[in-house]
Amino acid sequence: MTAAGFSVKTVTESPILSEIGAEPIEGTVMAGETKGVQRPLSPHLQIYRWHIPMLTSILTRVTGNALIASALLIVWWLIAAATSESYFNLANGLLTSFVGDVVMSLSLLGVWYHFLAGLRHLYYDAGKGLDIPTAEKLGMACLIGSVVLTVLTIVII
Amino acid sequence: MRYLTARKRAEGKGASHTGTEHHWFMTVSAVGLALIIPVWLFIIGRALGSDFATVQATFARPIPAITTALVLVAGLQHFNKGFQIMIEDYTHGTTRKAFVTLMTAFTYGLMATGLFALAKMAL
Repeated sequence: MTAAGFSVKTVTESPILSEIGAEPIEGTVMAGETKGVQRPLSPHLQIYRWHIPMLTSILTRVTGNALIASALLIVWWLIAAATSESYFNLANGLLTSFVGDVVMSLSLLGVWYHFLAGLRHLYYDAGKGLDIPTAEKLGMACLIGSVVLTVLTIVII
Repeated sequence: MRYLTARKRAEGKGASHTGTEHHWFMTVSAVGLALIIPVWLFIIGRALGSDFATVQATFARPIPAITTALVLVAGLQHFNKGFQIMIEDYTHGTTRKAFVTLMTAFTYGLMATGLFALAKMAL
């Protein structure tokens, strides 16, 4: 399977690529490389087998960007509280309704996941934990840890 | 042969065209957020669903107001720069510039709105 932008020449087995679960990319020549204008865009999600470090990395981006919706809701709630009691009751009622509770709980899960994945990033940046068994364990720790922290937070609040 | 140092010739030629300021900002803000987010989650979690008077009283206190302000300023800048990287990964040219510009405007607008609400309740 090849992604758009790759033209296939010859098969070369790359030990590094097969180790991270990627299918061998055959003698890749980036289309447009000669033009020097249209550089390839990441990521080529469709050509990789899913694995824990990849999944957890993608989830970091997804949670980080999705949290803008939570930020918008919280700022709306704040401005409502600063405006009037009736407007506050509207925003507060919506954020603590069943749907509001679901959205806020998911936001909490997103925050804790992004928190743990961010800490993992700092660890990676220090050049540590980059071997595959450790990276997989750290990924699982982020996934499980975020659920545990979310439940704990809800219980304590 | 121009009278330029090797460094001067290399500067701006990397993929990012700049230095490592972006990465360093994300590192510093990540550490800052890692310190305040756990505290803030409990503050905002407790405040959500309280009655109007309690919420007013909460944000009139220094710790909830300052923590929330820090989360807004550091968190939204951290978001904005993270979003920029996502856009730069997936889009080119005008689309890229438009998305990054619009989201920057939106982010700072949201930050200013939140800070105004806090100031109104705190002062």
